[in-house]
Amino acid sequence: MTTALDDLFVKTRAENRAALIAYIPAGFPSIEGCKKVIQAFVDGGVDAIEIGFPYSDPVMDGPTIQAAADQALAHGTGAKEVFEALKVATDAGVAAVVMTYWNPIEKYGVEKFAQSIADNGGSGVITPDLTIEESASWKAAVEKIGINPIYVVAPSTTDTRLPQVTSRCGGFIYAASLMGVTGTRTSVSTGAPDLVARIRTTSQLPIAVGLGVSTREQAKGVAGYADGVIVGSAFIKALLDASDEESGLAAVKTLASELALGVREGR
Amino acid sequence: MTTVDDLAGHFGPYGGRFVPEALIGALEELDAARIKAQTDPTFIEELAELHRTYTGRPSIITEAKRFGEHAGGARILLKREDLNHTGSHKINNVLGQALLTKRMGKKRIIAETGAGQHGVASATAAALMGLECVVYMGEEDTKRQALNVARMKLLGAEVVPVTSGSRTLKDAINEAMRDWVTNVETTHYMLGTVAGPHPFPSMVRDFHKIIGEESREQVLALTGRLPDAVLACVGGGSNAIGIFHRFISDTDVRLIGLEAAGDGVETGRHAATITGGSPGVLHGNRTYVLQDENGQTIESHSISAGLDYPGVGPEHAYLHDIGRAEYRAVTDAEAMHAFALLCKTEGIIPAIETAHALAGALQVGNELGKDAIILINLSGRGDKDVQTAAQYFGIPL
Repeated sequence: MTTALDDLFVKTRAENRAALIAYIPAGFPSIEGCKKVIQAFVDGGVDAIEIGFPYSDPVMDGPTIQAAADQALAHGTGAKEVFEALKVATDAGVAAVVMTYWNPIEKYGVEKFAQSIADNGGSGVITPDLTIEESASWKAAVEKIGINPIYVVAPSTTDTRLPQVTSRCGGFIYAASLMGVTGTRTSVSTGAPDLVARIRTTSQLPIAVGLGVSTREQAKGVAGYADGVIVGSAFIKALLDASDEESGLAAVKTLASELALGVREGR
Repeated sequence: MTTVDDLAGHFGPYGGRFVPEALIGALEELDAARIKAQTDPTFIEELAELHRTYTGRPSIITEAKRFGEHAGGARILLKREDLNHTGSHKINNVLGQALLTKRMGKKRIIAETGAGQHGVASATAAALMGLECVVYMGEEDTKRQALNVARMKLLGAEVVPVTSGSRTLKDAINEAMRDWVTNVETTHYMLGTVAGPHPFPSMVRDFHKIIGEESREQVLALTGRLPDAVLACVGGGSNAIGIFHRFISDTDVRLIGLEAAGDGVETGRHAATITGGSPGVLHGNRTYVLQDENGQTIESHSISAGLDYPGVGPEHAYLHDIGRAEYRAVTDAEAMHAFALLCKTEGIIPAIETAHALAGALQVGNELGKDAIILINLSGRGDKDVQTAAQYFGIPL
């Protein structure tokens, strides 16, 4: 059985391009506003969407995503709103996953969480703070339900450990381009191509690069060596900087269209 | 009976490692360094020498006879960690970690602090060993503990007020973790309690277990027998695990941790994680957590900045579940009553954190009666709390 995410990468590989993956926390800028952002992503040509589960203690996230998460939590966003947003994305015809810290999964119920992902058309879950050593219950659940477990690997992941992590992944492998937290940066780390090359020696799975990508030029650069380009903070920044919701949504759509061009120019 | 952690740092279902992959390398490096150091005579002697000539160890035992009259007449023995250099038990851990930092070839340390005791201790160790030091402290706590902020600055540390989340200890830990993810090659995270990802809970415990080792011998020498109960306050739980650990195999000795009940556990405004929380994952380990139905951390409340934390060390979670240790909750009012009582009966101003253990001793002493021997970890002194206490008791400043 394949997920929509698996099918997406078959398609983008056939088209010899990278996939554009966009991130938005559920409940941001508001519970209804998030659904409009998802539509703007789709209209702008995004291939897959990550719905973030806003969390009180996001240690992997920089100030931009923290601010978005705080705003989403203030709107009362919880598991229900996350799965609703996921369904909006999958109903719009794109592959979608949830990105969440581990505790909300554990609190919701590990297998129940995987089941709710599948029930809402989701392809998988990105778990940035779940180490493979602690992943036994999650592995059992995702295998039973048939969704993609997506783990993050970092430039500091050793050659010995790398295959241990990548062999646990499904859908794609999330390559963190640099040592640091989420946020836009003027250049994508030079460590990213090296990390992707190291991952390739361990796995046939698609590899998506995240952390620090915000422009068409950067997307083009990453698309030259990776199968997917992940953009999060740049979209959130566009929404936070906008004077009203309408102009924010327009900015998101414009940025998505530019990035969609970028991921097609890399090769 | 003992609670040795497994190689991945589990205490039963608790502990472990829930962190971004970027930190795994550094945690492995730290684990290797501390395991090597444990059996390295040079390291052991270096740390022992520092404790003799700098910390002021062994810390003494004071018998609190007048205080004991209020505790059912029980013999109350205070393990005087407040007399350590920098005024609390925290120095035991930071000297150990600073030596490890140098061994790993790192030049910069970062630390989180709540009450400021661990921040001051970290800044002290950094000054002593020539390391750069950055301390993350919730903005709320920088106001509550302004004196300790000044102390850290005098010691050459940079203090970064954290303005995210609840602006207290938990958010200071988040910010320190973000710094560490970014600067892990040059930087050691000097975590100040027995929480966080493996190996921190085991390593920090091992640097503090000297408290229990010394006091067990001291109590035997003084009284000819083991105490009936050992009491300590529990926020993250480092001073408690430090005094408990040597007694875990003495199954007749009751181990009692006192959590901060704030306004009362029933009010929801408290920091009593084991008493009022549930198992979950926070700051890299599985433990008891104050959390809502979505797994979001609930902000804790306590008059004591050092206990104002919505998690607790995983070894305490395990000791609770297997019934080896008991955890009770003490309100702000009960703690402040015990604080004032110790001041006036013994001439010792304790930290407000420590006052929670003293309040527990008043309860336990009255339960056990005059033949009981109760050992209390007097984990810190109250100089830093004079302003808070003065406000509480209406003493004009």
